[in-house]
Amino acid sequence: MLKRLTLAAMLSLGVAAGALAAGERHGGTLVFTAPYGSSFATLDVQSSPNTQEEFITQAIHRALYSWDSNQNKPVLELATSEELSEDGMVHTYHLRKNAVFHNGKPLTADDIIYSYKRIANPENAFPGASFIAVIKGAEDYIAGKAEEISGLKKIDDHTLEITYTGTINPGFPLMQNTTVIYPSNVEDESTFGKNPVGLGAFVFKEHVPGSQVVVEKFDKYYEEGRPYLDRINIVLMAEDAARDVAFRNREIDVSILGPTQYQAYQGEEGLKDHLLEVAEVYTRNIGFNPAFEPLKDKRVRQAINHAINSPLIIERLVKNKAYPASGWLPISSPAFDKDKAPYAYDPEKAKALLAEAGYADGFEFEVTASPNESWGVPIVEAILPMLKKVGITVKPKPVESSTLGEAVTTNNFQAFIWSNLSGPDPLNALRCYYSKTAQSACNYTSYASPEFDKLYEAAQQERDPAKQNDLLRQANNLVQDDAPVWFFNYNKAVMAYQPWIHGLVPNATELAIQPYDEIWIDETARSSRQ
Amino acid sequence: MLRFTLRRVLQIIPTVVVVALLIFVIFSVVPGTFAASLFADGRRAADPQMIARLNEEFGLNKPLMERFVTYVTDLAQFDLGTSFRTRQPVIDLINDRMWASLQLAIAAMVFALVISVPLGFVAALRPGSVLDTVTMIGAVSGLSMPQFWLGLLMMYLFALQLNWLPSFGYGDGSFRNLILPAVTLGVTPLALLARTTRAGVLDVLNADFIRTAHSKGMSEAKVVRWHVARNALVLIVTTVGLQFGSLIGQAVVIEKLFAWPGIGSLLVDSVASRDIPVVQGTILVIVLWFLVINTAVDLIYAAIDPRIKQE
Repeated sequence: MLKRLTLAAMLSLGVAAGALAAGERHGGTLVFTAPYGSSFATLDVQSSPNTQEEFITQAIHRALYSWDSNQNKPVLELATSEELSEDGMVHTYHLRKNAVFHNGKPLTADDIIYSYKRIANPENAFPGASFIAVIKGAEDYIAGKAEEISGLKKIDDHTLEITYTGTINPGFPLMQNTTVIYPSNVEDESTFGKNPVGLGAFVFKEHVPGSQVVVEKFDKYYEEGRPYLDRINIVLMAEDAARDVAFRNREIDVSILGPTQYQAYQGEEGLKDHLLEVAEVYTRNIGFNPAFEPLKDKRVRQAINHAINSPLIIERLVKNKAYPASGWLPISSPAFDKDKAPYAYDPEKAKALLAEAGYADGFEFEVTASPNESWGVPIVEAILPMLKKVGITVKPKPVESSTLGEAVTTNNFQAFIWSNLSGPDPLNALRCYYSKTAQSACNYTSYASPEFDKLYEAAQQERDPAKQNDLLRQANNLVQDDAPVWFFNYNKAVMAYQPWIHGLVPNATELAIQPYDEIWIDETARSSRQ
Repeated sequence: MLRFTLRRVLQIIPTVVVVALLIFVIFSVVPGTFAASLFADGRRAADPQMIARLNEEFGLNKPLMERFVTYVTDLAQFDLGTSFRTRQPVIDLINDRMWASLQLAIAAMVFALVISVPLGFVAALRPGSVLDTVTMIGAVSGLSMPQFWLGLLMMYLFALQLNWLPSFGYGDGSFRNLILPAVTLGVTPLALLARTTRAGVLDVLNADFIRTAHSKGMSEAKVVRWHVARNALVLIVTTVGLQFGSLIGQAVVIEKLFAWPGIGSLLVDSVASRDIPVVQGTILVIVLWFLVINTAVDLIYAAIDPRIKQE
């Protein structure tokens, strides 16, 4: 039923796989793959920033907000409604009265306060603390200077008032894997790592370390008629080639595809009609360090953008599993400027810009790169001859993936190639170009532009989403003109699925993470799934 | 025999100590930290405050010497530390995976032994025959095939084409899930053992005492059973010991490919995320396993051939 869809088409039509489905059927087992490692680090998802653990979260837990892939924005999850104060900083949430934890405890405001305090507890050093920091008083609590988070106020069991530090959209930080809600009545917190208890549509059944997590339908889930599935086996499969065999052998129901597999699947009957595509919120780029003299000059950085034939690399190396980048914010961002064209491939213009900047004879620089096939050494090797043509010599500096982050956040590079989060919240994504953001935070290219700052600060204050997006669009275009990075591409994530699977959605934040409670299996599934 | 056994067992201790120190030093100087690895995939922006909090919590801000003292003190009390990633004791994580690794290593070795030793024997007794030639070509092929490629080939044939076996995973721990990874892992020791057995048997067949046994009128079957087999066994046991000891380490690739939940895949994930306590603990267990197997082999030698004990 599902045809290959681009995100742009899906968003413009407001159509997703789930919405197309009809005649939902209850029952069956879904065999879902978690492709980002050989293990789940922990079942205590509040403590883990890894994508791998989000597969568990999606089944077992719920946060105050959740990501709606069809609307492409965060929506209320554990509250039925909210009221905003006049200054937009105080949100009063009316919590769901029918939400029950898997241990039988009904959801109350105490659980949310308990969870946010646990996440922000300085003794825990949990990654979600930085998301909780958007709540007034949380910074002091995280620093150990306060006993309570002053911005959290229980009105009654089902009414919670949260005061934020600004007029932000709290949906983005409070929909995260690391900000899910746990029950406040579990005495031994260490049990969360072995026996997770949440509000999700599925109850934890079994964890075979290094192999799989099994969850089963929760009968008291708050969404009427959901979930459809009886059981999900979330299996760990890090190897692309092995996943390919298992998918073709119909042992698994979905598989995330790499560039080579994407090309192969597109050419095969029976496979090509069951591919779900989405432009994810990641921008692949080469970041330039302005502390390195030649890269300080905007004309040099623009010249590099003109000298590289990005569409050719996307076609030949990335097998068209990406969209050319026309700026920092990706296609799925509400502030994306569809009228802004990417840098044109124009070596002559590049040469002219270099001559203008005093580098007519070229120069040499080093690119720190991981082995990643889509944004690592192979891409740097592809740009070598292109830049050589305009007189620039590039030297790849290969590092292991886990070392790349350290090299970048300690400003120890001339240039680096990476894939960085650039959405879904455009305000948060462009924070990485705000001059007040530390280099070690995410302003990796030490970008500083008074003009950008002015636009960004205006966007921070703006409460009208349309006007805010317009300001951010202008700021994004400014970044493109200043070229602090080579804008390579936006990732196109592709998921292959078996024909009996329905309800998958084009999740731009991470396609591999799917709303399990919306997925159903039809009667054509093989007997082991029925 | 008791003194011999005790001496061999005690020799393990200094080796473990040296290995433990080496592991500590190596993983203290390699670039990259656990906190920085959390941002390695670029899926979230770096958070300097979180990096500082994590480094503080895991004691990574402390001087190297202080960390070393803590490591040694804990190790002396058989405490392998706490995982940065899971915040669980390392020993628990290894325990969770050890059985799967042992299952895989034992199954692979049994598969290798059952086929290689009889084949090597028969090939040596009929040198130059068709069986000998086929066996040795097979052995050379087995040794030269990359395990990863062989594994994919097995998956393709037995799972995808014939649909006899599952292509991946531990399932419910059933034997069917074990077959493909064990056979893939067992091919290299199988090939090596077949060649070793053949060489060992051929060597013994040319020895003077075999000629003497024949001249005394012993039947061929008795000569093979009493003299050839026993003398060739020393070389076979040595090879089995070395191979068996290193199988858990070799299984890293196979575990990753077949999504088998052993300590090999735990090690790979831990290295990638710089979860140093788990890396240290896992390597130490693999080394210990190797040492224990080799000590056991030494003791078996002595039982097979009393001359070794005397030496």
